Amino acid sequence: MATFKEFRNNIKPNWCPGCGDFSVQAAIQRAAANVGLEPENLAVISGIGCSGRISGYINCYGLHGIHGRALPIAQGVKMANRELTVIASGGDGDGFAIGMGHTVHSIRRNMNITYIVMDNQIYGLTKGQTSPRSAAGFVTKSTPSGSIEQSLSPVEVALSAGATFVAQSSSNDLKGLTDLIEKGIKHEGFSLINVFSPCVTFNKVNTYDWFKEHIVSVDSIEGYDPHDRIKAMSYSMQNNGLLTGLIYQDTTRKSYEALVQGFKEEGLAKADLTISEEDFQKLVAEFA
Amino acid sequence: MISQLSWKVGGQQGEGIESTGEIFSIAMNRMGYFLYGYRHFSSRIKGGHTNNKIRVSTKPLRAISDVLDILVAFDQETIDLNAHELRDGGVIIADAKFNPTLPEGLQPVRLLAVPLTEIAEELGTSLMKNMVSIGATSAILGIPVEGFRNIVEDMFLRKGEKVVEKNMEAITRGFAFVNEQTGGQLPEFQLEKADGTKRLFMIGNDAIALGAVAAGCRFMPAYPITPASEIMEYLIKKLPKFGGTVIQTEDEIAAITMAIGGNYGGVRTMTASAGPGLALMMEAIGLAGMTETPVVIVDTQRGGPSTGLPTKQEQSDINALIYGTHGEIPKVVMAPTTVEECFYDTIEAFNIAEEYQVPVIIATDLALSLGKATVEPFDYSKIQIRRGKLLAGQELPEMEQNDQFKRYEVTEDGVSPRTIPGQKYGLHHVTGVEHDQTGRPSESPTNRIAQMDKRLRKLDVLAKNFPNPVLVDGPAEESDVLLVTINSLGGTTEEAKGLLEQDGVKVSRAQVRLLHPFPVEQILPYVEKARKVVVVENNATGQITNLLKLNVGHADKIESVLKYDGNPFLPNEVYTEVKGLIKHGDVQRISQ
Repeated sequence: MATFKEFRNNIKPNWCPGCGDFSVQAAIQRAAANVGLEPENLAVISGIGCSGRISGYINCYGLHGIHGRALPIAQGVKMANRELTVIASGGDGDGFAIGMGHTVHSIRRNMNITYIVMDNQIYGLTKGQTSPRSAAGFVTKSTPSGSIEQSLSPVEVALSAGATFVAQSSSNDLKGLTDLIEKGIKHEGFSLINVFSPCVTFNKVNTYDWFKEHIVSVDSIEGYDPHDRIKAMSYSMQNNGLLTGLIYQDTTRKSYEALVQGFKEEGLAKADLTISEEDFQKLVAEFA
Repeated sequence: MISQLSWKVGGQQGEGIESTGEIFSIAMNRMGYFLYGYRHFSSRIKGGHTNNKIRVSTKPLRAISDVLDILVAFDQETIDLNAHELRDGGVIIADAKFNPTLPEGLQPVRLLAVPLTEIAEELGTSLMKNMVSIGATSAILGIPVEGFRNIVEDMFLRKGEKVVEKNMEAITRGFAFVNEQTGGQLPEFQLEKADGTKRLFMIGNDAIALGAVAAGCRFMPAYPITPASEIMEYLIKKLPKFGGTVIQTEDEIAAITMAIGGNYGGVRTMTASAGPGLALMMEAIGLAGMTETPVVIVDTQRGGPSTGLPTKQEQSDINALIYGTHGEIPKVVMAPTTVEECFYDTIEAFNIAEEYQVPVIIATDLALSLGKATVEPFDYSKIQIRRGKLLAGQELPEMEQNDQFKRYEVTEDGVSPRTIPGQKYGLHHVTGVEHDQTGRPSESPTNRIAQMDKRLRKLDVLAKNFPNPVLVDGPAEESDVLLVTINSLGGTTEEAKGLLEQDGVKVSRAQVRLLHPFPVEQILPYVEKARKVVVVENNATGQITNLLKLNVGHADKIESVLKYDGNPFLPNEVYTEVKGLIKHGDVQRISQ
């Protein structure tokens, strides 16, 4: 069985020292080992941005695609081979700006994949512009007088889109994050894990310390029930979307793959491509 | 006795025009006639004039005709809009219900007011007026009513014997009414007997979808659009039997990227759309080119730009398909010319996509995708699956942890070995960023050139191996004019060629089946031997003309005949236009 070291490769990430993404990388590697995966059975599909580079820093199958499209690519991979563990990942711009349409529809579709968003509330790779996660009033190169748009809550969007697994964590908490990723991988259906992953270079507001101060763990709420969708929504709103931990999980719904008519347990990639003459003639006869 | 005739049924969209045409043509196809049907329809569900023009012949044909022999009209608008197409002595079968009248100044035609609705209502439902009109038609053609029984059974037997009999009665009553009016069958409409051979009758989209199943395509993410949706609708019905499925995605970007994911995951995956969808897919097509991921994309061209003429014929995506996506990638753009080719070319597209690890676009046009034609039965033995350098389901040599599979190894033919996720010693990284042989990002100038050249080199090999990139028909020696077309226009120029030859013009034709890489070597000798080259195309700017000039030169003798009003060319239009060009050009022999 592979240890987390086997999910490491010899590539040095191009992230700034202190970047929150290092913790996410480590957490994925640990979680993969903890759930008993082998590198060849994991595919990490990532978007574009600093965080998108993560697929190249884990020893497994990785695809670094185009901006905002990690999720549809990941879903294609999952449909091709449902025996693989598929993780999609990217930043908040990738998932909640350019790729928001895919995020919402992936949640609805509920394929058995885990989506990890490295949410730093800013555009880092393009050197500091506003993001849909930036708070109103946030000053960036593209909002010199402060953002006049509202920030959106990934948790609340996911809950309203019918998510079956919604979690939030922070790069401060490697252990908690690893645990949530393990749970997400094991969850049947789509799991969204939004990770507060500070940009130490361009976001001087939402820092490690800022998050320490502001986040509220569900563990601190007495009697918190992650199976109650309405309360999950309510707690998230009460805490300005800064709730962390396993916020919501629905274990009753089947994954998309499980509901597809005629879809086998064995990966489709292993199927025989040839069609028998008998089957072929039957199809042709419909046009006679 | 006549060897071919043209029949058209028209009325309001939603009142069964399509099914009337369908029943009539399937029955004729089963009798062994060759059919070609083209539907005129609007982008709305109900209402608006629609018609279905069907040609029946004892010989293969694949173009709508210039003239009409019989028009079935369910409303006055159909007569007003279409009667001018009727030849002298043509017949209109009109529903007596709306007191049909002939427009003024019309050539001599015969108007038969038949109580289509009345008879149908007597039999229980006005819906059966379609059947009555089919009976009326068969009386004119002298086709026995019983010839329709098996198609009526196919369509209605699941609703019970009674429904079958009612519909047969509707046909019989229509037949009897017209028979009495005309005093028997009209000799000038008597069709030669067909050969009785069993053939298929299908639209281009059916053939593409069937070809995909035969090619081993097992997954299709797609977004609905006219005129491509039939492909996804067919596959969602058939793929589950083969373990696969269709996903209706949220948009075309999701469709193409999911298709790329599916292929990367090792499953033959396709998507299909039309111009607007292709525009959205362009960035991702670049990803497929850069990451050398096979993918098959169908573009059923329709009238552009923007929403344009969504239900009308056009061939105006060619520039976008060839030059679309930023940067430079190896990409293949195929253009089948018949329904048969749609089937075989789709299989080939999947093979090429995997053998060369490139995106392959199959470009059709609306008339090819939706035009319904008689096709010879497909040859099962010709179905081949070639996956190129894919190393799946086999042991790969052991690797150390930090070793990576050389997914982008620089090779002579430019194609590198490929593995798919799940294989133990096949780990590698894939990225749209410029990368080295193991898929790691690299900005090294030497590596950049090596990888760029490797990728683009694949097309040189492909250009040499592509089967029949140009179909040529005509004299090997010098010709007065070479007609160049793509897609559905092959059938039209085939007939125009016949008309020109009657005037003594030596005509050759070239149907280009591979738009990119352009088959220069194959077409150049014919361009050189022609005194004039006329490209016949359905767009306003001469995209194929320009492509031809760019690739083969000889700009001075290449001209265009363009049509972009939304309708396919008629053979006579091509004949007239080409004749005009020859007359004013360098061919002096023609005296008229």
